[in-house]
Amino acid sequence: MAGFVGSLTGLGGGVVIIPLLTIAFGVDIRYAIGASLVSVIATSSGAASAYVREGYSNVRVGMLLEIATSAGALAGAAIAAHVPTSALAILLGVVLLFSVFAPAHPDDGKNSAPADTDSLGAKLLLNSEYPGPNGNISYSVKRVPLGFGIMGVAGMLSGLLGIGSGAVKVLAMDLAMGLPFKVSTTTSNFMIGVTAAASAGIYLQRGYIAPGLAMPVTLGVVAGSLAGARLLATAPSHHLRTLFKAVILALGVEMIYNGWAGRI
Amino acid sequence: MYSDQKMEAEMGLLLRAGVVVACTLMLAGGVLYMLRYGGERESFAIFHGEPASIESVRGIWREVRAGSARGIIQLSVLIMIATPVMRVAFAVYGFARQRHWLFTAVSLTVLGLLAFGLLEHA
Repeated sequence: MAGFVGSLTGLGGGVVIIPLLTIAFGVDIRYAIGASLVSVIATSSGAASAYVREGYSNVRVGMLLEIATSAGALAGAAIAAHVPTSALAILLGVVLLFSVFAPAHPDDGKNSAPADTDSLGAKLLLNSEYPGPNGNISYSVKRVPLGFGIMGVAGMLSGLLGIGSGAVKVLAMDLAMGLPFKVSTTTSNFMIGVTAAASAGIYLQRGYIAPGLAMPVTLGVVAGSLAGARLLATAPSHHLRTLFKAVILALGVEMIYNGWAGRI
Repeated sequence: MYSDQKMEAEMGLLLRAGVVVACTLMLAGGVLYMLRYGGERESFAIFHGEPASIESVRGIWREVRAGSARGIIQLSVLIMIATPVMRVAFAVYGFARQRHWLFTAVSLTVLGLLAFGLLEHA
């Protein structure tokens, strides 16, 4: 059953797995967090292996920002044990709503301006290029400290809730640092595994990772993400996305309501 | 010169290998688990924490040697967690080979943070 849930959410990630497990199957949110973390590492690493080789992910930007996300994740995991589960549920609901309304618009080309050689991004040799339809497109990296700060928050959410917080990571890179959308999404994916691994060790030792739950969820999510990639390539993804957003919206509201009512 | 592209290709390979090994082992442990506990319905509705025997590397290894399905699944979880950690360790090596010391230090910092999380927090 949990595997089926996982495969359905191969498109969405941890932020969908946790509410589905808790609301639909009555799983304790702490077990759901543990299982979600493992599946998040699996899908992130699997997808990243392809993106990295194709040259979309910016490994340097990723590594630099991973300092912020993994420190945030450690802090998040450390305080998670002292936060009531109802508060975790409400926070997760808010993140779900955010991920629906977060601006996600592939607006490539906005960043074709020549690199500003004085910026911190240039000094750190973060500027790079990525494969476009007509050869490589170069881009520069802006507002590094702001992006770094938002990444700390993303890491903290990841550590608290056992999610990848990809939407917040994309926000930091796409909007704050001005990276092309395709680079932001693939680099975010690249970073999610490390962020999740930072807190997974703590959760494992706290007994949150139940093999009987983590196994079907993870295998389901991996199978689902493989199938999902194929489905998205063929099906009219516009309708699929709209349906998916409605589901996430409903889950978010449900999580906040249940958390508020003290049921989780 | 050890190029960015070469490093990224090897990094991608490392990630894929880690996930494939972890998932294969998880599947094997899962089949064993189903054979043993397939009939019973395990409930996760009430959190009681997993037994201490599967919360540490040493404990998990002991379970694996005893042929425990739960132990095998937890070992696959450990490999899954180790995959991004190995990727960061590889970045330390890669940037050092490029003599890119700033990013060698950056990668080392990330590795240190990850190691801190994996340490035994008794």
